[in-house]
Amino acid sequence: MIDYTYTIWIVLIPLIMFVILGLFGSKMKPNLAGILGSAGLFTTTILSYLTAYFYFFKAEPINGAFTSITAYNVEWLKFSDSLSIHLGVLLDPISVMMLVVITTISLMVHIYSIGYMKGDSGFQRFFAFLSLFTFSMLGLVVSTDIIQMYIGFEMVGLSSYLLIGHYYEKPSAVAASNKAFIVTRFADFGFLIGILLVSFYTGTFDFNVLTNNDASVYTSMGHASFLGMSALTWGMFLIFIGGAGKSAMFPLHIWLPDAMEGPTPVSALIHAATMVVAGVYLVARMFIVYHFQAPGTLEFIAYVGAFTSLFAAIIAITQYDIKRILAFSTLSQIGYMMLALGVSGYGGEGGVGYMASMFHLFTHAMFKGLLFLGAGSIIHAIHSNDLRDMGNLRKYMPITFITFAIAVLSISGIPPFSGFWSKDEILAAAFEHNKLIYFSSVLVAGLTAFYMSRLFFTVFYGKKTDYKHEPHESSLLMTIPLMILAFAATFAGFIPFSSFVTSDGKAFESSLSLSIAIPSVIIALSGIVLAFLLYHKKSDVPDKITVSLGFLYRATLNKFYFDEIYLFVTRKIIFNLISRPIAWFDKHIIDGSMDGIAWIIETTSIKIKGLQSGQLQQYAFVFVSGTIILVLFFAYWFI
Amino acid sequence: MIQDIPIQYFLIVSTIMFFVGICGFLIRHNLITILMSIELILNSVNINFLVFNKYLFPNQLQGNFFVLIVVAIAAAEASIAIALFINMYRMYNNIDVENISEMKY
Repeated sequence: MIDYTYTIWIVLIPLIMFVILGLFGSKMKPNLAGILGSAGLFTTTILSYLTAYFYFFKAEPINGAFTSITAYNVEWLKFSDSLSIHLGVLLDPISVMMLVVITTISLMVHIYSIGYMKGDSGFQRFFAFLSLFTFSMLGLVVSTDIIQMYIGFEMVGLSSYLLIGHYYEKPSAVAASNKAFIVTRFADFGFLIGILLVSFYTGTFDFNVLTNNDASVYTSMGHASFLGMSALTWGMFLIFIGGAGKSAMFPLHIWLPDAMEGPTPVSALIHAATMVVAGVYLVARMFIVYHFQAPGTLEFIAYVGAFTSLFAAIIAITQYDIKRILAFSTLSQIGYMMLALGVSGYGGEGGVGYMASMFHLFTHAMFKGLLFLGAGSIIHAIHSNDLRDMGNLRKYMPITFITFAIAVLSISGIPPFSGFWSKDEILAAAFEHNKLIYFSSVLVAGLTAFYMSRLFFTVFYGKKTDYKHEPHESSLLMTIPLMILAFAATFAGFIPFSSFVTSDGKAFESSLSLSIAIPSVIIALSGIVLAFLLYHKKSDVPDKITVSLGFLYRATLNKFYFDEIYLFVTRKIIFNLISRPIAWFDKHIIDGSMDGIAWIIETTSIKIKGLQSGQLQQYAFVFVSGTIILVLFFAYWFI
Repeated sequence: MIQDIPIQYFLIVSTIMFFVGICGFLIRHNLITILMSIELILNSVNINFLVFNKYLFPNQLQGNFFVLIVVAIAAAEASIAIALFINMYRMYNNIDVENISEMKY
């Protein structure tokens, strides 16, 4: 047996770094803060890799399956003998895999940020919050207990808020951070209710019990029902809402594009690779429950994922902000992961969707992190987010160009890059389960290839030369992470994921099915070719197409007016019909009655304060006349 | 002798003194006059003590001793009051009770 107790340090080191950088960062030289943060994270990364090595290669699988190991567990809050909240470290295939993903991306982003954020006034603060985020995210994935996961959800939400609002002098950044926080917080509220609902019936928060194959804890939930769905279905549905908020699933997706107001490394770390997959991770963590107890909810998840991926891919085509395109593509890819979970079965070959989802999570983290860091490098060079300001950059930034190209090929699903392998598994799983979702996914694969290539050709090709100052390749601090991630994005696809991360922990052989792979590759290639024809040099064909599409184009450009719909619902309906009457009631009835009491007392006091004149003789007069009256009264009464 | 005088006569004198004292206390503005009024009130009470002691319990002395205590206290009180008046006069240049309103409200 291997002693995994040290894994608690994986979580604690970033916390310690946060405390050090948060308290003393402002007194340090900026570079020292950056190096310190990166060094702490480097230790964590080494520990995570060690853990993964021990877990997957050294430990003996029991009955051929990877078991979940509670490496560290401490009772935090005790409600009764049977119900308590634990904090600790739970190791199983998905959490170990997530540890590797998070620490890798976070380390890359840390190193990259030393270069990217150079000269920023909030440099130390930025690194402190990066550490805080890494701590929260690691704490989330190693949850032993659903409440710990909830705490993690809240904390990543908070650190995401802090990092999006890094440029807090900029009103749009403040608005974006508020929006992200409010939307995800709103979704977390659903998560909380779901936790309470499920735990009320099962009487436990412990993942080891909740996600056990033995379903006896759920029997009592079958009987309770509400609006035609059982309490368990409702509970799991509400838990999914929490995940959907963090993973920006339709219709809670509105915060993610705006979150791009944050610094680009933050977008790479939080809004592409790690935090936004927390929802996928949550569903994967509770997958057994979804699959056996709430299949209806799982079906729903599949459709939400499929719809989000299609919806976001369509919007991505028309956007001009390089980071927003990447944000919508993130939405689309997370939709893929969700739908893969939704169509997955349990155990062995049937669980290919589950495996594919985790696989795609892994590869997506690599190539999307790379895309964002590459975009950051471009933005750093030309100080603009807008595609229309870019062009011909392959001459100026060769390293960024090559790594970006790898990432684009990877996300488009071109073999042998990593995205191809995971996307193929997803499509295979969808094909087995639901043809409608399969066709939508294939369409999304084509759209993805198209809009990513559009971005790529617009930025790196074309004839644009009228730059204010010559763009130049970024420093080594920024390009080395790009190269490492490009390496990962190229070769991550060859990891035999099905031997490590499966729904029941047992390894199985997954084979590449050509009947799935060939159509998807063809459609991806045609997307790329189409984009190449339209965008590799400046032409007026795209403009003609947009004109001919008319309203459809405008709707897509405006993200199907979802922000406006939300604004309408909140401002016009909720504010006017609910909030304002309540505010009026509060101001006039509740405050009014309190003010009235104060007013009565004040006026009475003014009226009677003459009695306290301070004139001793007046007092004496009152006293004496009172005595005389009393004497006369009693004399009359008793005599 | 004193026994020939009816008790009511003493009581009438003391009552008149008492109300004269009360009136002076209420009406006068000068603090010294007010102090004198208080002395009048105290002395009217003293008369009552002596008279009742003499007429009701001729063999006992409690009434007399009470009178002595009252006189002693009145003397002490007068000395303190005069000291206060002198200080007030130094501050306000008069000792009119109406003007001393620093602590009002």
